[in-house]
Amino acid sequence: MATIYIDNKPYEVNPDDNLLQACLSLGFNIPYFCWHPAMGSVGACRQCAVKQFKDENDTKGKIIMACMTPAADGTRISIDDPEAKTFRASVIEWLMLNHPHDCPVCDEGGECHLQDMTVMTGHAYRRTRFRKRTYRNQDLGPFINHEMNRCIQCYRCVRYYRDYAGGRDLNVFSVHDHVYFGRAHDGTLENEFSGNLVEVCPTGVFTDKTLARHYTRKWDLQDAPSICIHCGVGCNTSPRARYGMLRRIVNRFHFDINGYFLCDRGRFGYEFVNSERRIGSIRPSVPQRQVIEDIASVIKNGRKVIGIGSPRASLEANFALRMLVGADRFFSGVRAEESLPVAKVAELLRRSPCPIASVHDIEVSDAVLVLGEDLINTAPRLALAVRQSVRRKSMETAARMNIPAWHDYAVRTLAQDERSPLVIATPYETALDEIASESYRGAPEDLARLGYAIACAIDPQAPRVEGLGREEAELAERIAGILKGANRPAVIFGTGCRNAALIEAGANVALALARTHPDPERVRLALTVPECNSAGLALMEAKDLDAAFEAARSGADAIIVLENDLYRRSAVQQVDEFLRAARTVVLDSLENETTAKAETILPAGTFAESEGTLVNSEGRAQRYFKVMPPRQGVLESWRWLREIAIAAGRLNEDSWRSLDAVIAAIEAELPQFQEISKAAPAASFRIAGQKIPRQLHRYSGRTAMMADITVHEPAPPRDPDSALAFSMEGYQGPPPAGLASFFWAPGWNSYQAVNKYQSEIGGPLRGGPAGSRLGEGKRTDDISYSSRIPEPFRSRDGKVFVVPAFRIFGSEELSMHAPGIAARAEKPFLEVNPSDAEKLGISAEQEVALTFGAVSRSLAIRMNPSLPPGVAALPAGLPESAGIPVPAWARITGR
Amino acid sequence: MFSIFRTLWQVAAHMFQRPITVQYPDEKPYLAPRYRGRIILSRDPDGEERCVACYLCAVACPVDCISLQATQDEYGRRYPEFFRINFSRCIYCGYCEDACPTYAIQLTPDMEMSEYRRENMVYEKEHLLISGEGKYHGYNFYRVAGLSIRGKDKGEAINEDPPVDIHSLLP
Repeated sequence: MATIYIDNKPYEVNPDDNLLQACLSLGFNIPYFCWHPAMGSVGACRQCAVKQFKDENDTKGKIIMACMTPAADGTRISIDDPEAKTFRASVIEWLMLNHPHDCPVCDEGGECHLQDMTVMTGHAYRRTRFRKRTYRNQDLGPFINHEMNRCIQCYRCVRYYRDYAGGRDLNVFSVHDHVYFGRAHDGTLENEFSGNLVEVCPTGVFTDKTLARHYTRKWDLQDAPSICIHCGVGCNTSPRARYGMLRRIVNRFHFDINGYFLCDRGRFGYEFVNSERRIGSIRPSVPQRQVIEDIASVIKNGRKVIGIGSPRASLEANFALRMLVGADRFFSGVRAEESLPVAKVAELLRRSPCPIASVHDIEVSDAVLVLGEDLINTAPRLALAVRQSVRRKSMETAARMNIPAWHDYAVRTLAQDERSPLVIATPYETALDEIASESYRGAPEDLARLGYAIACAIDPQAPRVEGLGREEAELAERIAGILKGANRPAVIFGTGCRNAALIEAGANVALALARTHPDPERVRLALTVPECNSAGLALMEAKDLDAAFEAARSGADAIIVLENDLYRRSAVQQVDEFLRAARTVVLDSLENETTAKAETILPAGTFAESEGTLVNSEGRAQRYFKVMPPRQGVLESWRWLREIAIAAGRLNEDSWRSLDAVIAAIEAELPQFQEISKAAPAASFRIAGQKIPRQLHRYSGRTAMMADITVHEPAPPRDPDSALAFSMEGYQGPPPAGLASFFWAPGWNSYQAVNKYQSEIGGPLRGGPAGSRLGEGKRTDDISYSSRIPEPFRSRDGKVFVVPAFRIFGSEELSMHAPGIAARAEKPFLEVNPSDAEKLGISAEQEVALTFGAVSRSLAIRMNPSLPPGVAALPAGLPESAGIPVPAWARITGR
Repeated sequence: MFSIFRTLWQVAAHMFQRPITVQYPDEKPYLAPRYRGRIILSRDPDGEERCVACYLCAVACPVDCISLQATQDEYGRRYPEFFRINFSRCIYCGYCEDACPTYAIQLTPDMEMSEYRRENMVYEKEHLLISGEGKYHGYNFYRVAGLSIRGKDKGEAINEDPPVDIHSLLP
């Protein structure tokens, strides 16, 4: 710790910080623009000026930029010095010279960092009479709105987009006071993390286009802490609603997972909640009581009821179904080719050779091996973390030259193209290959063999791979050398190839590293799973969908499907046959092919209208809460199932009245979920006897919102399931991390107010952890090597081995109902190696028939030279490819 | 003794003064233009809605009786999709008028607002919007704001330079 003197008072600070960070951590308000806690300092905006003094006798001092000065021991500064204050006010005045007079129609207004900083410095009147500079805007696609007039040239956008997120199509153009931030031509921003520009930009140049369609100010939005449901990473989000409609998603800082950034699928996929295909009432239309009695009567008579769970439903909903139909008749709702790899991942979550990595752990890893994962498409936020991990080496070089890590431009200039090792072994080229030091292409079996070989090269006690080619053996040695030489090595693998051997191979590498590394606690393995609660469902150990089909064949009286479109999971004929076997009841929020076949549909709340617990790919149980109460007639899935269970006599009237009771039941029944009640404070949690409000204290329109329907102002809905209230009344201070959904502090209306909620700048939120790690993600000692080494891949004549290719925009079911995401989704292609295409006599863009046993699809061909011969890639999860059980061998015939 | 006679004199003198009782509603009193009565939404000199749906009136309202929803036309001009004031809650404090950055919302000297049904005190945009400029003449927000709308391109607002040619390297 270092002692610095701020206005002659001593403070203890971290000497690795710069003065701006140190002062903000201490709670002082210093205005800033270009500095960002995740991106460091460049000293571009000159806004954070303070006065520095040589010693206690120095009365003159000199003005310095706080963000560019280290918080060295003995530093004496003054924030309140009149000269420094005038300087800061002048800088703002100068930045505002060209700022347009359009705050009332600017979407950033009310959460604008520039507004906050202007007020903070006291600049109130425009003195200049010169004309304002103007720019033309660009169309940046379905997510981002561009209004260049508002720009203050802080360079945050290009630093984020190019340096941090690796984007290429946003840049700064032109010269002197005409600099322009945009694309070379109008067009969609290509980077998968472009949505963060909305929060990175300190003013309204980049704003949320999906919000603009139903614009509401920050203070009028009702929000609740939530978890992103569009992939397995489990980023924390803050969805916001008004007039019973979900309006936007804002990032909710979580130190270990998403930090300051979300991917575009997570940020813009929310619009499915407002979709026209939402199911709003029981179908066919019968009274609720009657439907429930009707379904219950089947169960009550002791007849056979099959329950199909879902990896996109909460633990509570899945557990409620399991309770209703009985553990032996509860099925996971995914086919074997997906559930087997996920089960392997779940096994690792329970017993792992090394600690399971959080996203933040990957950011600080200095050597990363990615085995079989197209990360940008299967776990996007993890891919962004991998991009940061390759910068570790430049940080080390900078440290040797005494350049602090926050000195961003200096570190990048010094490093040039120097990167930490990143090894990518995947079936086809991925977006991260451009920063990889080693790339390897192979069929999933070959990737698994490479993994086994790496493990053996790290630790000779690991099983040897026989018959490995010389090139592969050398590559394995090289990769082993890289990982062994690293201080914090990490291995990333998971279900992207739907190959269980690959996961065992990855676990072998992690184990070999843990056994040989001087500090096994610093070795990390990171996992990926397909959906938001895949890990949680796998930990429930339900049988897969194939077993459910089998069970239906031997006779069933009813099938209850929970939030699962079975036509996405399996071939049409199989599902048709299955659903015909018995009376089908489907609980879901959106119309899909399964609901079309159901005899009864019970309308379920989406993530925004229900609460529950999800287990992410690192085994962290996290709770999401209702943003808005469900519409009349819609219930949370677990509440529907509770009602049925009560009517069937499985539960008594008083049980499971609130979510906490369900969680307690899960913990009592399934020991693997022992810690889930700690994921967030219970519903009985109060601060000073008060609940936590969902609305900001400036929420407006309470007495007019519903006045067109009734002037009697009904009481706000009660929420028995959480410590949050549908009100602006309640505890006004910062709530604990698991319940914090909006960030606001006096003078800080923008997202930057998160500074005031963190234990230190960029550090975890105050008030305890958000989410609880099942099994704490710890290392288990008594794990042995797996020796189920697969045979090498051999291509077959006239056939290709089709592997799934996930897509960030398209592969996920719900987000495809959001117009923006659907607009970004590409047309599906079957990607093949040109040599295969030549052999089969097909050409690019040609339509071919792809035949898997009895299933056949027609698709266009695209050449992908990075695919190994004999392997083809089929986009997974798109409507055109739904129900095809890849990976599998298929026959291609030209048309 | 003197005070009794003085009081009698004063009472008698009042008998010859003109009565000040106004025969309301047959006779209307004069209310100053700045009197804070019924709220209206005005139009700009071009005859377009002045309200840009910025939500500042709603947030300034101490009884939260204003609610609205912003929307925009195909050229990016913001306006309220609906604008509702619940006059049964309004306290006529005029904060909304103070907060309004476009002179759209104005209080008028009309205070005759009584209804048998509270529902009739809920005014929607069609009840609020007048066809004139109200108390403040000549102001047109979009003529001074940087945003482009139909009929006013970038650089055509008051005190604006034409849009920058970003391909030019000239100083």
